[in-house]
Amino acid sequence: MWGRSASFILEKQQHLEEEKKLKMAQQQDPLLQNPNSSLSAYYQNRAAHHAVVTSDWLAQAQAAAAHRPDGLPPPDDLDGDADQRPFSVIDEFNRWRKQPDLAEAVAAIMALASVIRSSQATTMMELEIELKKASDSLKSWDTTSISLTAACDLFTRYVTRTSALEYEDFNSAKARLIERGEKFGEISRKARQTIATLSQDFIFDGCTILVHGFSRVVFEVLKTAVQNKKLFRVLCTELKQLTVLDLICFASLELAEGRPDRTGLRLSNELSKLNVPVKLLIDSAVAYAMDEIDMVFVGADGVVESGGIINMMGTYQIALVAHSMNKPVYVAAESYKFARLYPLDQKDMAPALRPIDFGVPVPPEVEVEKSARDYTPPQYLTLLFTDLGVLTPSVVSDELIQLYL
Amino acid sequence: MEARRSSRMVIDPKVRQVGFFTPSALPDRTASAPTDPSSSPPVSDISPANSLSPVMIPPPRHASDNFTFNLTRTVPVPVPVPGPGSPLRHVSSGENMPLGSYNPSESFLGTSPLGQSSASKVVVDGEFSDDVASPAGWFRRGSTGKVASSLPSGGFDMAAAKKGSFAVAGSVTAVSVVKMPPEKSEGLTASQNDRPPSSKPLKEKTSKADRRALQESQRAAKAAARAEGNKGAPLASAKAAKSVKHVSQKKDGIQGSPSVAASEKKGIDYFPEKERKKDAPHPRMQFDDKERVEKAKRRAVVKKTEVRNRVELFRHLPQYEHGTQLPYLECKFFQLEAVHPSVYKVGLRYLAGDICGGNARCIAMLEAFKDAIRDYSTPPEKTLNRDLTSKIGSFVSFLIECRPLSISMGNAIRFLKNCITNSPLSLSDSEAKSGLLSGIDRFINEKVTSADQAIVKHAVSKIRDGDVLLTYSSSAVVEAILLYAHDHGKQFRVVIVDSRPKLEGQALMRRLVEKGLSCTYTHINAVSYIMHEVTKVLMGAASVLSNGTVYSRVGTACVAMVAHQFRVPVLICCEAYKFDERVLLDSICSNELGDPDAISKVPGRLDVNHLNDWADNENMQLLNLLYDATPSDYVSMIVTDYGMIPPTSVPVIVRQYGQHLW
Repeated sequence: MWGRSASFILEKQQHLEEEKKLKMAQQQDPLLQNPNSSLSAYYQNRAAHHAVVTSDWLAQAQAAAAHRPDGLPPPDDLDGDADQRPFSVIDEFNRWRKQPDLAEAVAAIMALASVIRSSQATTMMELEIELKKASDSLKSWDTTSISLTAACDLFTRYVTRTSALEYEDFNSAKARLIERGEKFGEISRKARQTIATLSQDFIFDGCTILVHGFSRVVFEVLKTAVQNKKLFRVLCTELKQLTVLDLICFASLELAEGRPDRTGLRLSNELSKLNVPVKLLIDSAVAYAMDEIDMVFVGADGVVESGGIINMMGTYQIALVAHSMNKPVYVAAESYKFARLYPLDQKDMAPALRPIDFGVPVPPEVEVEKSARDYTPPQYLTLLFTDLGVLTPSVVSDELIQLYL
Repeated sequence: MEARRSSRMVIDPKVRQVGFFTPSALPDRTASAPTDPSSSPPVSDISPANSLSPVMIPPPRHASDNFTFNLTRTVPVPVPVPGPGSPLRHVSSGENMPLGSYNPSESFLGTSPLGQSSASKVVVDGEFSDDVASPAGWFRRGSTGKVASSLPSGGFDMAAAKKGSFAVAGSVTAVSVVKMPPEKSEGLTASQNDRPPSSKPLKEKTSKADRRALQESQRAAKAAARAEGNKGAPLASAKAAKSVKHVSQKKDGIQGSPSVAASEKKGIDYFPEKERKKDAPHPRMQFDDKERVEKAKRRAVVKKTEVRNRVELFRHLPQYEHGTQLPYLECKFFQLEAVHPSVYKVGLRYLAGDICGGNARCIAMLEAFKDAIRDYSTPPEKTLNRDLTSKIGSFVSFLIECRPLSISMGNAIRFLKNCITNSPLSLSDSEAKSGLLSGIDRFINEKVTSADQAIVKHAVSKIRDGDVLLTYSSSAVVEAILLYAHDHGKQFRVVIVDSRPKLEGQALMRRLVEKGLSCTYTHINAVSYIMHEVTKVLMGAASVLSNGTVYSRVGTACVAMVAHQFRVPVLICCEAYKFDERVLLDSICSNELGDPDAISKVPGRLDVNHLNDWADNENMQLLNLLYDATPSDYVSMIVTDYGMIPPTSVPVIVRQYGQHLW
């Protein structure tokens, strides 16, 4: 699967990429150091970078709400990962998570790779068991995180499904495993860039994009688009391409009177920094706004076997509206989010709850829907941008079958 | 109804092997093409069955038929043919496929299980396309050597060039003669040519282009043959007065192999008995083609009377008056020495409807074959691989006559033939037999029993407390799933939807209720009423085809569509060995017709007799379809032993595990 990663397109623009990376590194370095103490569950972790729970981001979001433009700390899409989890026993994992620009899943992959490297095992079997144990503990560390589980599984599959196991010499076999592990980590790390590059063909002049929530991949896609504009301006004709890019971001607002997640606010802040025209609307206005929209871009928490996605609450209804109005729905998701799950309907998932504060006291007898995510079936998705390439939803299962069976 | 996949742009930056892709298919044949004279007959590694589509396994007419398959997939192996007895033949196929002697010491005729020449074949009109594709041409020797002169020089030269030694020993010139009644209309020839039964298996594996080429070449050959008809006839001996023709492949020149099936003609006499056994109707014979049906009938072991009033769209499917075969077959028991008693018994039970259901029929057949293999001993001068394959082939053709093969059976037969062909030649009889027996056991165990267990495990994970599960008719796997879930304390209710005439659901209901499940029974008429309370639909399938279409008991599509409309997920449970690489778009092309009387009569209701004399009324046609095709749009998930997959991924399983599936 990763043997044919589409990351080759990155190499085309290699020097550009390098410049970009340098720039990004410069931009992002100072941003690593805002450790938030956060809770353990995946969605609470996400909430950190969605600016829901952490006071830090709450303040920022409120500031943003007050005056959206430039009164904010510099954009940072990575801080969620930089959280230090006080109770986490997996040091390696946490060490990696402190790295900039690493998703939780990539951190897990890197941690697993270093498990192999530092392993004292003397036989292949031992090493595999050790790896399995490590990945199990990672998985149990947060069971609600689809991408973490998927990444651990994928890593184990990818690394151990190799002819290396037939090597007679344990050391060379281990070296091979390390090599594969690092390759996997490398691909995973590059995934976001790959996706951003792949998706550029789909963002055309003057298009209006609807974005749901804050997804680092989607942000990367948009940022790359903006950067491409600069690039193209130097080159020649594409001047207008992204200046006209009208981003309607999207703060999901529970029942209109609830407290917004402020993920949309955050994205709009960061995009307005990039001089992208942004309009903010509440999620009950999606259908209202849909006619002026050219495409919908969403991220994903997990991509499941049917080709559908599990994503932040609200994605399904947006996809439904978009589908009924024949607008394309694009999903940007790294391939380590491909999970061996097959939900049949919304309730057919492990529940992932998050606290919802409506701002007003809710009578105790009133039940509150706390689910943090929903499942969007494949028929409402147009394309998936992954680091394996641009896939139709049905290919997801093909990839998973090839890997797991 | 929304399509499961909405329209989408496919802009793919990479070349991906997505979709239907069988990498091994072509290489398989072409790879075997090293022209190495010394290369031994590659029989062992090339199984004829490989090229067969599951349901389309045509009963080998005789061993040489199988041999042909081997040949078609091998290369020109210019092995000098040693004696007059070993004829040289070319098999028509789109490829360059010269001959080889697969086993010089054996004559082709000798390998026939029936020990007979296939000469008589030609006699039958309309058979020519058979002959073109099969080696079973007819043979002339000695005095008819002249026929050779009617060989188009191209073909002959080619053959000679290829063979180096065109071992036409003595006076025997082995020439394939393609019989072709000159009066035959072009249209007919063309249409027949489109589906030459025995070349069909070849087609299966050939690429589209290859098939096209084959078709073209055959057409051209036919035209040429017709043109030559007048010339050739005078040359031929008096016996061959029925326009003897050679099919030339001018069009393809050296590339296209001439459809010259040369063999030894022992006499052109017609052996009806032998012939009959050899040529059972092709499983996918088009039954609206009168001549073929006539021909097939003459050969049939089982005498069947065809129903007269057939529904227009379904005339291509076989339909017989029910109950006419059984007595006949019973009295024929001692005359059918070629069919093993166990196989015979199973066939009769198929006929009587005792055994139904894909798995049950498949297992019963395999068990019968096990008996047959146990009792089998290789006749002298023959090899087990080939003789047993043809023997199995004749069993299969017998079974087809009893009832058309199910796809599961087709796949199992393919597997068995693979096993036989792949068993090493060096093994002794008993070793080979025990190997085969354990192979069959393993197949039953792995592909059916364990697969069912895996399916049960997967499907149960989708059953939650409070579910209302709807199932249609009766499926063994679904029953196992329900029982397993019940045993594990899941709280759910079952709705059993049934339909006439089989009413299999009643038995299922009885069994479930005995185990303590709470069941609702209804007929399919009420499915739209009951559907709103259902949370999941679980159904079995006879097969899942490559485009995700589910081929199953008639009524399944209806239930699936209603469920889809109600947004109820539809889970189809199907073992992976039942997957088929074919594609089906509707329920018409491939189906099975049941006994029309079953739907015209209502048991226990003598007063409902309005249809009693339907057979006498030209305008009254009854249709009792047995299967239907459910488009993949209406299927949420397919549960197989490989896990739960979307219907779009069936070709991936077939492609990746096709080798292991069957």
